[in-house]
Amino acid sequence: MADGKRASVLDLVGPFAGLIAVAALFAVLEPATFLSVYNLQTIAAQTVIVGLGAIGMTFVIVSGGIDLSVGSAIALSSVVTALALREGWNPAIAALAGAAAGLAIGIANGIVIARAKVVPFIVTLGTMGVARGVAKYLAGEQKIDAPPGWLAEVMARTPEPAWLIVAPGVWMLAILAVAMGIVLTRTVFGLHTYAIGSSEPTAHLSGVRVARTKTLIYAVSGLFAGLAGVVQYARLTVGDPTTAVGKELDVIAAVVIGGASLSGGVGGITGSLVGAFLMTVLANGCTLTGVPNYVQEILIGLIIVVAVAVDRLRHRQA
Amino acid sequence: MITPSVTVLSMRGIVKRFGGVAAVAGVDLDVRQGDVHAVIGENGAGKSTLMKVLSGAYSPDAGTMTLDGEAYAPRHPHEARARGVAMIYQELTLCPHLTVAENIVLGREPRRRGVVDRDAMRAEAERALAWLDHSGLAPDRRVGSLAPGARQIVEIARAIAANARIVVMDEPTSSLSKPEAEQLFAAIDRLRARGVGIVYISHFLEEIRRVADRYTVLRDGRSVATGDVERADESFAARILEAMAGRRVDETYPQVAHERGEPILELDELTGVRTPERARLLLHRGEILGIAGLVGAGRTELLRAVFGLDAVRSGRVRVATVWDRGAPPWVRLGQGVGLLSEDRKEEGLALGLSVADNIALSSPPARFGFISTAKRNASAAALGARLSLRARDPNQPAAELSGGNQQKIAIARLLHHNADVLLLDEPTRGIDVASKADLYRLMGELAHDGKGVLFVSSYLPELLGVCDRIAVMTRGRLGDPRPATEWSSTSLLEAATGAANG
Repeated sequence: MADGKRASVLDLVGPFAGLIAVAALFAVLEPATFLSVYNLQTIAAQTVIVGLGAIGMTFVIVSGGIDLSVGSAIALSSVVTALALREGWNPAIAALAGAAAGLAIGIANGIVIARAKVVPFIVTLGTMGVARGVAKYLAGEQKIDAPPGWLAEVMARTPEPAWLIVAPGVWMLAILAVAMGIVLTRTVFGLHTYAIGSSEPTAHLSGVRVARTKTLIYAVSGLFAGLAGVVQYARLTVGDPTTAVGKELDVIAAVVIGGASLSGGVGGITGSLVGAFLMTVLANGCTLTGVPNYVQEILIGLIIVVAVAVDRLRHRQA
Repeated sequence: MITPSVTVLSMRGIVKRFGGVAAVAGVDLDVRQGDVHAVIGENGAGKSTLMKVLSGAYSPDAGTMTLDGEAYAPRHPHEARARGVAMIYQELTLCPHLTVAENIVLGREPRRRGVVDRDAMRAEAERALAWLDHSGLAPDRRVGSLAPGARQIVEIARAIAANARIVVMDEPTSSLSKPEAEQLFAAIDRLRARGVGIVYISHFLEEIRRVADRYTVLRDGRSVATGDVERADESFAARILEAMAGRRVDETYPQVAHERGEPILELDELTGVRTPERARLLLHRGEILGIAGLVGAGRTELLRAVFGLDAVRSGRVRVATVWDRGAPPWVRLGQGVGLLSEDRKEEGLALGLSVADNIALSSPPARFGFISTAKRNASAAALGARLSLRARDPNQPAAELSGGNQQKIAIARLLHHNADVLLLDEPTRGIDVASKADLYRLMGELAHDGKGVLFVSSYLPELLGVCDRIAVMTRGRLGDPRPATEWSSTSLLEAATGAANG
């Protein structure tokens, strides 16, 4: 939907061009390995965690907020999933328990932000610590080994059956992205999310139930962090309370590279996913070409700043 | 006093285009030493663009400027300030957390060995304040704790301390009380005596008559009239209005017949946090009820309390047949009550959203939570046509439209919502003469359709011309409404200032 400042096709040109440029660069440098089916499957699978987080974060950032608790929520969710499996629960129920843990963090964030009117940065900075602490307590400060059952298949790089081409988790990401993209652009909840980010007083005056909508927005972010935690468990088949430290920054970076504005009112799911893929491709390509990790960190840092600066320049001229 | 003869600032043939549109299309302006030069024009006439050219925020596409006889072409605001052009904006540009003295020297702090010389800073601030006869203003006070009038004085002191040659004031009295405005005028007289040239932008002809020596009228980006302010001449105001509008201004109020029906909104001793105080009011279907009063009398707060934007401390509200003790905006909208905010940019519109989304915001056409884009665009187009809204298409961001058209979007939202009670807070502020007439007609049509309109305005002629009944609000207290025919501008003003009851 190309209306207003909501993600128009033009807004996606920049992030897409960036993604293609980076991919092309590695395709030229390491054509054999980078473009191999196995590596492309790897890239897709690696994107799932940041991609899921970015879907939820897009709602938060479009509404003018921020959610710093995502990394800790992922860790908590992976621990809860592992504990449930160790208790012998059905993998589906265990996955639901993990997602529910993320959802609980999100609802807690939403209620404090919307009702007590504390700024999102502070609230989620707090829950970032709380969720991490709870995860460590539940795990007894160690990694939880548990039989993954069929959950391990979710992130299998070469999936069974083979016609899936990529891991089931990648399909899950794609389906959820389409669904949440529709929610963001086509529903009243989505319109209200944009309206709150664009001008909260206007939304309030226009009858938008701001507090309720905000609670829902942070709940969505928490739920998707929870799902990312389940996937994180599926990938490693251990519940690790110290995993995903700083992951929220990757997620925020993906959303911002995708064209969202931290001052709210602008952004979209497609852009955020492109941003997530860009980050994975960069990490993957650097590893393949033997570029040291620190160079990779510097590159990602620069790309975030350049992406946002280019976007601002373009909007100033428009 | 210096004889006002030497020209300080001269602007010749200034043109500034945005895309294909010339916001300023040829303006000449001469400001002499010690003169207050009023720049008058409707919204969109090019005043603010012209001032941004003067202050270095924009570079002109054509034309020349001289300051004290030397070429003047500032590339950015900092350079303009260094050359002695000081701006005093409507929204004051002081830092509330800093002290008076810190604000006065901000950007030119006196230094000694690399650190701010606080003694020199205070001395400089005291000198400037003393010059303005405001030695009472403590340099160490935080600006955030000052009243609007005192902040205005700090702004002027800053201009004096910077040795400004030209001071530009943009609607400086808009947030001031009467005594504060008088204080400001006294300060202006002092600036004048110093030989500073003052560019004074204002809508209020009375105020211009009070302070200005010369005037220039802008219309459609051109300077169309300039001359001396003739304080005694009664026809002066009429001539200025004519120059502004480009035609004879008939202050006409299109009338649409409407009939008063059953009560639709009633207030019983409604009391807000500060104002209103125990307000009683009965609004009927098919009625336009005006509320007059001075700025700060609590009219906006009255509407906000009814609509649930401000807290209700006590009292009751009845919409149609249901009494309550205050309700949030989403409940009020559900009851068919809509509010048009006086603060269009901050509260009236989500500027980043499209025209259609803004119009549909309070009641988007949706089924199971999914919005119908086609229906949304269709109703936006229909309402746009009814209000002669000038927008490229419904998906254009609201930010790209002019002020008058933005106001139409905010009104279109109330129509889209099909509100039965319309709370309109200064709906004609900042829109051009033709759009005003459209809006008056619309209010008549709404009353004809059986809606109740509560119309807050500071412009007495429009209240008298449009309303069926008018109530006056004075210091938080709402008076009894009387038929508009029983009021006159004078009696309204007397009631508003409290002069009538002593």
